[in-house]
Amino acid sequence: MPKTKIMTTDRGEGRELTLEILKYNPRDPESKPHLATYTIRETPGMTLFVALNMIREDLDPDLAFDFVCRAGICGSCGMMVNGKPLLACRTRTADYPEGKIRLMPMPAFELIKDLSVITGQWMDRMSQRVESWIHSSVEHDISRIERPVDPDAADATFELDRCIECGICVASCATALMRPDFVGAVGLNRIARFESDPHDERTDADYYELVGDDTGIFGCMSLLSCEDHCPKNLPLQEKIAYMRRKLAKVK
Amino acid sequence: MSDLIEGYLGKRDDGTKSRMPAVLDRWQSITGLILGLFIIGHMFFTSSILLGKEAMYTETKLFEGSLFLDEPEPLLVGIAASIIFIIFIIHAGLAMRKFPYKYREYKMLKTHSAHLGHLDTTLWMVQAATGFAMFFLGSAHLWMMVAEPEKIGPYASADRIYTDNFGFLYALLIAMVVLHAMVGLYRLTMKWGFTVRKDPRAGRRRNKRLMWGAIVFFSLLAYSALGTYWEIGKAHQPDYGKRYIPQSQISAGGEQ
Repeated sequence: MPKTKIMTTDRGEGRELTLEILKYNPRDPESKPHLATYTIRETPGMTLFVALNMIREDLDPDLAFDFVCRAGICGSCGMMVNGKPLLACRTRTADYPEGKIRLMPMPAFELIKDLSVITGQWMDRMSQRVESWIHSSVEHDISRIERPVDPDAADATFELDRCIECGICVASCATALMRPDFVGAVGLNRIARFESDPHDERTDADYYELVGDDTGIFGCMSLLSCEDHCPKNLPLQEKIAYMRRKLAKVK
Repeated sequence: MSDLIEGYLGKRDDGTKSRMPAVLDRWQSITGLILGLFIIGHMFFTSSILLGKEAMYTETKLFEGSLFLDEPEPLLVGIAASIIFIIFIIHAGLAMRKFPYKYREYKMLKTHSAHLGHLDTTLWMVQAATGFAMFFLGSAHLWMMVAEPEKIGPYASADRIYTDNFGFLYALLIAMVVLHAMVGLYRLTMKWGFTVRKDPRAGRRRNKRLMWGAIVFFSLLAYSALGTYWEIGKAHQPDYGKRYIPQSQISAGGEQ
C-alpha cells in the first residue's frame, strides 16, 4: 500500500501530532487508496477541523474533507476518528494523548474523495422512504394565526427534530454497515418525530407500511451504537424501543 | 391465496404490508426470554450438587414427578427437554436471520467492531459467535437429555461428565450459554425498553451492571458445580454405571 509521509517545518510550542488520513479518489483510475501521514504542531484548543485546515493549507492542498459551520450544527464533517464516527469540528486533538490520529471517511456513504462523503444522497433516500413531511388533511390558511399546540407535545417533537443528519448514527451502526438498505437510527428517529407531532395524522399502521420490516424497525439489533455516538445526544435508545413496541402491536 | 400474494408481493391481500416481520421479531424475543430464564433455573438446579449428593438426588426426583407419582418418571424430564429443544431450534432459526452471512457483511462487521471499540457492538459479535457454537454444543447436550433422561443423578451425571467425557462439552457450553443468555437478556430489555421506561439511560447502566454480575455469578456457580461432578465422577469411576442410593433407602438396600 503506498504511504505518503509529509513533515511540517513549523517548530512551534505545541506537541507533535501525527495524522494518518485516507487518500483516495474513486473517480481517478490512477488513484490507489492509501494512508498519508502528516505531522503538525498542536495549537491551543485545536480541533480536528483546525488540524485538517492546517494540513490543507500548509502540507497538502489536494486533501478533501467536508465542513461548513465549524460548530456541530451543520453535520457535514462526520468522519471515522481512530475507528469512531465523530464530528471533526467538535473533536479536540487534546483528547488524543498519544498524539496519533487516524482519519477514515464514514463507511455506508458514497465516497467523493479522501474524507469527503455524500451523506445527502443517503439522507434523501431515507427521507423519501419515511415520507419525512407532515401528512395532514387540514387546509391551512397561512394568513391566519396557527392553531396552538400543546407545549409538551411541541417540546417532544422539537427534541427529536434536533437531528442534523450528520450520518454518525449510520456510520456507527453495524447493522446499517452490513445491510445498506437498513433505514438506520436517523430514519427511525424521524418516524418517532412525526409520530409525536400533533400535526401529523398518520397512524401506527401507516408507519408500519414505511418501516415495518427487516430493513426497518425489526432489523434493528439494539447495538445502541447510535445512542452512544449521536453528537446531538438524541434519545435514540428510548425512541427506537418505543417505535418497536408500537409497531409490533399493529394488527 | 393470501400466502401466494404475500410470497410474491410481500403484501397481505388487503394491500398492506405483511405483519410477519413483527411476528418473527416478537417470537425471537419471546423464545430468547424463555430460554434465558430457563437457563437461570437450570444452572441453579444443576448446582444443587454443591449442597450434596442427597440434595441433587431429591431435586432430580422432584422433576421426575416424585410429588405426585408413586414411582418417579424420567420421561417427564425427557418431555421437558424436548420442549426446550424445540424452543431452542425456533430461537436459533429466528436469530440466525441477523447473522452476517456474506463475506462482505462479515468483513465490514469485523473491521467496524475492532476499530469502534464499542462494548455493545462487541457483545453482539460474542452473541453471534456463541449462538453459532451452541447450534452444535447445545444440540449435543439437549439430545442427550431427550434420549436418556433417566441418566440424571449424582452418580449418573458425574459418570457422564468424567468417564463419558461430557465434561469437556459442558465446560465449553457453560461459557457459551452464560455469555449468550446474560447478554441476550440485557439486550432484550434494551430492544423493547423493558424495565427502563422511567429513565432509559440510567436503566441501561443498571441493567448492564446486572448483566456483568450475572455473568460472573453464573460462571462461578456452573463451573463449581461442574468441578464437583468431575470429582465425584473421578472417585466413582470404578463403580461406573451404579446409581446413587438415597439415605432413606440405604437400610433397605434398594437402587435407583
